[in-house]
Amino acid sequence: MRELKIFAVVAFFSLLTYYLVEPYAHHAMHKKVDAEGHEIHIESHGFTYDGTDDIAEAERKGDAALVTKKKAFWSEVKTIAALKGDAAAGEAGFGMCLGCHNGAGVNMGGVIPPNLDHAGAIYDKNYLIALIKDPAMASNVDHKYADTMMHPMGSVSTMFTDNQSIADVVAYLGAKKAGDVTAKEAFNEACVRCHAVRYTKTTQLGDTPKFKYKKDALAHEIKVIEEQDMVKAYMGKTPPDLSMMIRARSEHFMETFIENPQSQLAGTSMPRVGLSHDGYEKVKEYLTEAGDPSKKAREQLGPWVIGFFVLFSILAFLWKKSMWRDLH
Amino acid sequence: MAHFEKANNVNEWLDQRIGLNTLKRVLNTEYWIPKDINFLWAMGMVLAATFGILVVSGIFLLMYYKPDANLAFDSVNYTIMSEVGYGWLWRHIHGVGASIVFLIIYIHMFTGIYYSSYKKGRELIWLSGMGLFVAFSAEAFSGYMLPWGQMSYWAGMVITNLFSGGSLEAYGLVEWIRGDYVPGDAYLTRFFMLHVFLIPLVIIGLIVLHFGTLRIPHVNNQEGADIDFEESADLWKAGKRAESKVIPFSPVFLSKDVFVMGVYFILFFYLVFYNFDFAMDPVNFDPADGLKTPAHIYPEWYFLWSYEILRPFSKDVGLIAFGIAQAALFFLPFIDRSPNVAPAHKRGLFQIWFWVLLVDMIVLTAMGKLPPTDPTFAFIGLVSAVLFLLMGPALVIITMFEKKIEKGA
Repeated sequence: MRELKIFAVVAFFSLLTYYLVEPYAHHAMHKKVDAEGHEIHIESHGFTYDGTDDIAEAERKGDAALVTKKKAFWSEVKTIAALKGDAAAGEAGFGMCLGCHNGAGVNMGGVIPPNLDHAGAIYDKNYLIALIKDPAMASNVDHKYADTMMHPMGSVSTMFTDNQSIADVVAYLGAKKAGDVTAKEAFNEACVRCHAVRYTKTTQLGDTPKFKYKKDALAHEIKVIEEQDMVKAYMGKTPPDLSMMIRARSEHFMETFIENPQSQLAGTSMPRVGLSHDGYEKVKEYLTEAGDPSKKAREQLGPWVIGFFVLFSILAFLWKKSMWRDLH
Repeated sequence: MAHFEKANNVNEWLDQRIGLNTLKRVLNTEYWIPKDINFLWAMGMVLAATFGILVVSGIFLLMYYKPDANLAFDSVNYTIMSEVGYGWLWRHIHGVGASIVFLIIYIHMFTGIYYSSYKKGRELIWLSGMGLFVAFSAEAFSGYMLPWGQMSYWAGMVITNLFSGGSLEAYGLVEWIRGDYVPGDAYLTRFFMLHVFLIPLVIIGLIVLHFGTLRIPHVNNQEGADIDFEESADLWKAGKRAESKVIPFSPVFLSKDVFVMGVYFILFFYLVFYNFDFAMDPVNFDPADGLKTPAHIYPEWYFLWSYEILRPFSKDVGLIAFGIAQAALFFLPFIDRSPNVAPAHKRGLFQIWFWVLLVDMIVLTAMGKLPPTDPTFAFIGLVSAVLFLLMGPALVIITMFEKKIEKGA
């Protein structure tokens, strides 16, 4: 039938244009290539951490010493992961962590040390091992500390001097600091020391309390600004507000970036946070609630509206049929 | 004064005062449309419906939008998207509608070109339609500024910079347009005014004119046949529906339009609910930041072909080529020298010209978004831009030699 043929032509050219300006153009725009021009495929590893990306990045830089260092580090992480950790022994070790990770909200060397109440649930086990072994290497921001600075958590190496003690404290976190965690808790523990979310009234100091008097509100604001200045001095710039991030970045970007910030933004001072898959899901849930709260309503309403127009079209078709019946 | 009698019902009362029955007859039941048409003839009503949806959704958004460089982004992304009931729905409808309306405009335009519907007596239909295309473009651009995201800001920067006129360096003009050295509050509020008042007013006026220009030459038909509308109308009125070559606008033509609209709205709302990123670019969900240029700045898809005519050339040549491209389509009725009103597949070389134009504009659209730093893309862009500029002279030559089609009885 002629009308269907015409429709096929219109649909073909419309879809071709769509393909070219959307999937194809975006692929070409965000393509990353190495020095020889080969495309680098950035893929998520399902929020597991074994240093594959870190080693590949060092290899692309052509820095043989760095490659050796990274390989040695991640192979040692693997060795520790294979040790059987003793949670009871780890509790004593964890006591040392509380020296800084105590919820006092005091900036130490750049950021406020995060609360570890759910560390065993939201972070990956291998990552925790790596972090205690060498925070800068685990976070894949060792380039930042190579010459002059020490990582604010650098002193951890004097606390856990043997591999077994690391395995023990990570076993403790997995056993005692896990359990149910809300999206808000996961987000606060993993992200808030650097990132504000103004749509949920969250700052680097956490939730903004309600104040009765304006001068108290202003005093709090000044504290927030002071904290932001410290984070800025440490990170190089104020980390972005994450209110709309869930709409501003694609799913693929979010996954690969959170798993390894260097993969999408080479040279960024943002450390790898080490979220586990579950931890990432919680953080994503929180960001969706802040930046795209209508997602659920949208997905629920969609089929009804589309269903309405399907019915509408069927009725309209019958009407047209009856109107055009005796025309030919 | 005319003579008024006591009316027995509202219809009579209105008929005495504004000639309601005459209006109905002239605009609906005796507004004759050729019978030999396909669904592409419904695009006009699809456009009217989409414009209506844009107006309605726009009114709802306008109630909460704040035209202020400090408040605009959050009024859209926080207030409308999460605090206002169904605010997200209106915004998605408005955003997707603004993009998809151009798809329908392009289909409508290419339909007009394919069936030679701009020729001999129908020039004003084409010209008023092109006027609408320009007005819709201005409406789309001004609307794109309003969420005040990164792409709003930087697209605004790039496009207003064009008015510096290349080597003319008319930066005074650019500042006058912006009301500031860079896009800021003054810039946002004037584009707000243009978007919600002046340009919609112009669009409504042009829509009335566009409908008006259709009345005397009548809508074209699939074969470009020269129909005796009076004779056919008489046949219809005499009940000889099968013999008549025309149908009344309402309800017969409309019944088909409504069906096409139904199918169109299935697609439309699929996009609104499930596939909106193409119309609501994620980059624009980052707030405007004059100190952070995005890695890629590109216009919305419907401007890409003309953007790509600007891009491959040097500054001044590019601007001139861009200017020509913007105006070129207006002249179509006057540079097509052919004596025929017929579909392209009956017009020999014109058919090839038509498909080359369509494919060239799609290639330009694609290249307009692809990074020009890639030499292959840059070269394809240059070739297709030059080709576009040559299409005008080519049309003059092709149609000058086109043979007159002898139409059988």
